[in-house]
Amino acid sequence: MPENKHYFFLIFLVPVLFLSGYLPAVSQEDQNSNDQETEWVSEFYEENEQCFKCHGEAKYSLYDEFSEREVHKLMCESRVINRDKYYISNHKSFSCLDCHDGGYQDFPHPVELRTEEHYACLDCHGYDENYAQYHFEEIEEEYVQSIHAELEEEGFNCWKCHNPHTYHISIRNTTNLHETIAYDNNICLDCHSNFNRFQLLTERDEINIIERHDWLPNQALHFGNVRCIECHTQVNDSILVAHLLLPIEQAVQRCVECHSRDSRLLTTLYKFEAKKQRTRAGFWNGAVLKESYVIGANRNLYLNIISITIFFLTIAGILAHLFFRMKAKSNQTNS
Amino acid sequence: MYLYPKWIRLWHLLNALFCLMLIITGLCLQYSGKGRPLIPFDKAVALHNTGGIALSLSYFIFFLGNIFSPNKKHYRLKYKGLWKDMYTQFNYYMFGVFKGQKHPFPVTEENKFNPLQKVSYVLIMYIALPLIIITGWGLLLPDITISRVFGVSGLILTDIIHIISGFIISIFMIIHIYLCTLGSTPGSLFKGMISGYHVGED
Ligand code: HEC
Ligand code: HEC
Ligand code: HEC
Ligand code: HEC
Ligand code: HEC
Ligand code: HEC
Ligand code: HEC
Ligand code: HEM
Repeated sequence: MPENKHYFFLIFLVPVLFLSGYLPAVSQEDQNSNDQETEWVSEFYEENEQCFKCHGEAKYSLYDEFSEREVHKLMCESRVINRDKYYISNHKSFSCLDCHDGGYQDFPHPVELRTEEHYACLDCHGYDENYAQYHFEEIEEEYVQSIHAELEEEGFNCWKCHNPHTYHISIRNTTNLHETIAYDNNICLDCHSNFNRFQLLTERDEINIIERHDWLPNQALHFGNVRCIECHTQVNDSILVAHLLLPIEQAVQRCVECHSRDSRLLTTLYKFEAKKQRTRAGFWNGAVLKESYVIGANRNLYLNIISITIFFLTIAGILAHLFFRMKAKSNQTNS
Repeated sequence: MYLYPKWIRLWHLLNALFCLMLIITGLCLQYSGKGRPLIPFDKAVALHNTGGIALSLSYFIFFLGNIFSPNKKHYRLKYKGLWKDMYTQFNYYMFGVFKGQKHPFPVTEENKFNPLQKVSYVLIMYIALPLIIITGWGLLLPDITISRVFGVSGLILTDIIHIISGFIISIFMIIHIYLCTLGSTPGSLFKGMISGYHVGED
């Protein structure tokens, strides 16, 4: 008896082994996302250093010819540009002076440059076949109707979300969906959890994002697994990232918009993968299963077939058993 | 024969109620749609969470009861001849019942379960229910699951184990209820589970 008991407890080990064996493999997958950084050097590297020597650090130095010594000053945080991020951004091949007036080479920078006009995205990308896949024109159309566009007069434009010095495409060729989600959400949180930037554009009081989404359970989990734009934009089939930010009354609040078989996440967050992987009407596995398990939306075709089969076999077995029992009983009472 | 003391009956009632509630709300979560649902998704989430916590507590009653009361003896598997006994019992369910044969393992105070009951109760109570409860808590407190134990994707695995055990328990429950109609009369075992007294054959 006692030694048999040990065998019995071995059964518990099975799920434990299963868990521990599987998990490291899963988390390793997440890690090799930024391995393929190649050593790319901008042809403007030296030229840009004349700006980076001040704008690349939290502090900058001035040489005071009068007293013949270096003085150190803090660079205002919003004017610090991270070199590493700049050189992996979409516009990494640019010289600072492609977008900024040559007058900035002087220090102190001339006052009249403070109101310099910047190019808009469409000035360079509009109606350009090289960028047709991005549908810049359609994005512009959507943006114009979005709630933020009303703030244009206060200075809102595409650059406010697409930081000129760090923006890089992410969802289009994502290898780690969670990083992409965090990246995209930070675009919004840059203003929506940073009142300094927010108040530049509006008279409104601070909006507390956590409080305003109190109705959403597991908030931290949700914000780590869906983007703000999933709920706040109108679904658009032809562009990858919908840009029409809807008035607040139209934001998604119904859970089944995502937690259902025809989840809107398929046409937003998982759009790219879903197109490739949708197998049969309503059943799609790889797209979501790789990264998330969205209750209500994930249905594994095979698990589903197996479970429905077992279920009906069980019911059929019981009915057959019942039938024979009744037959046996009526035979009994007859005889 | 007095087989089911009060605590077992109370636990079993709670257990059955919570399981039913969890199965129904669980199905609502899994098969949610945009039409008019049986239970709206957010209500189903809330009910399912409450049911899960309640089931954990009722499982705790069972767990303690089966440590500290003599009821534990019914859950001790004897390996010798187990397969043969199970086969005998299986044979009875498949053929014997129809011929009006006697139960091969009549209920006694020492042996309240037949071999199939015993094995299935042990599997359900000591593997399936703990699995579903642990994974359920993992899903309820994803922060713990994510940061400490698993990787982020650990949630997927947790979820799948949760759903598979839920399915197994549901199937168990269907068969379990049906087999409970195989007493001396179709209702006698249910009456026994209410009064505590088992009515044997003859
Ligand atoms: C000696 C340090 C130094 C160098 C070199 C320097 N800057 Fe600046 N820059 C500053 C400081 C300090 C500020 C913030 C104070 C101010 O606005 O004058 C600033 C502000 C700016 C601003 C914001 C102006 C505004 O009000 O919106 C821009 C744009 C800018 N610099 C571009 C450049 C470019 C482009 C270069 C390289 C060609 C460059 N800077 C080189 C120190 C420097
Ligand atoms: C693709 C065009 C582009 C390039 C390249 C570019 N900038 Fe800018 N930069 C802008 C735009 C547009 C703004 C205004 C951003 C806004 O309105 O929020 C800006 C703003 C700035 C500011 C002010 C930031 C602030 O918040 O006030 C500084 C400083 C600056 N750029 C420095 C640089 C430096 C240094 C480089 C080179 C390393 C550089 N920029 C390269 C487009 C560019
Ligand atoms: C001054 C012209 C100019 C402006 C303004 C400009 N871009 Fe670009 N952009 C380019 C060029 C040129 C490239 C290609 C850079 C390269 O290949 O190194 C590019 C690359 C890109 C890419 C990557 C394309 C690819 O296939 O790799 C995206 C996305 C992009 N830009 C978006 C924007 C957005 C959004 C804006 C406005 C917020 C904008 N650009 C503003 C000139 C511009
Ligand atoms: C409210 C913030 C916001 C504004 C304003 C905004 N965008 Fe975007 N945009 C985003 C986000 C978020 C993404 C997703 C980035 C990613 O993951 O690649 C994106 C992606 C893009 C992409 C890449 C889409 C793809 O297919 O890979 C382009 C191009 C683009 N935006 C252009 C624009 C243009 C042009 C404007 C102005 C007319 C604009 N955006 C204004 C938030 C914004
Ligand atoms: C440059 C700063 C900035 C960025 C980036 C930004 N917003 Fe906003 N947003 C604002 C400001 C300012 C308002 C307040 C508008 C007003 O005055 O009503 C606002 C308003 C909103 C509102 C409320 C509209 C209403 O009707 O009350 C929503 C929702 C919103 N933003 C979502 C987003 C999302 C989603 C993103 C990211 C894709 C984003 N924002 C990025 C500045 C920003
Ligand atoms: C699950 C869907 C969902 C997600 C994800 C989501 N929101 Fe919301 N958000 C809403 C809804 C619905 C409301 C309106 C709540 C209400 O009316 O009480 C709202 C309200 C807001 C408001 C308040 C506007 C006002 O006028 O008070 C802002 C700002 C906002 N969201 C920004 C964001 C940002 C930024 C993110 C990403 C970090 C985000 N939202 C993610 C659904 C969502
Ligand atoms: C924008 C789409 C979206 C909306 C709207 C949404 N969810 Fe979610 N929900 C998700 C995603 C994505 C996950 C993360 C799944 C994962 O990776 O574990 C999730 C996870 C959850 C979880 C955790 C499940 C687990 O695995 O631990 C619960 C509970 C949940 N959602 C309930 C709700 C409720 C209740 C509502 C409505 C108030 C709601 N959700 C609205 C997308 C959404
Ligand atoms: C999934 C939920 C359920 C589980 C896990 C479960 C489990 C069990 C267990 C372990 C026993 C033996 C109790 C003991 O004496 O130690 C038992 C007995 C019993 N159960 Fe359940 N049960 C469930 C649901 C139900 C339901 C819904 C009913 C009826 C509606 C039911 C009817 C009975 C009856 C009549 C008995 C006594 C007969 C016997 O000992 O086999 N059960 N159940």
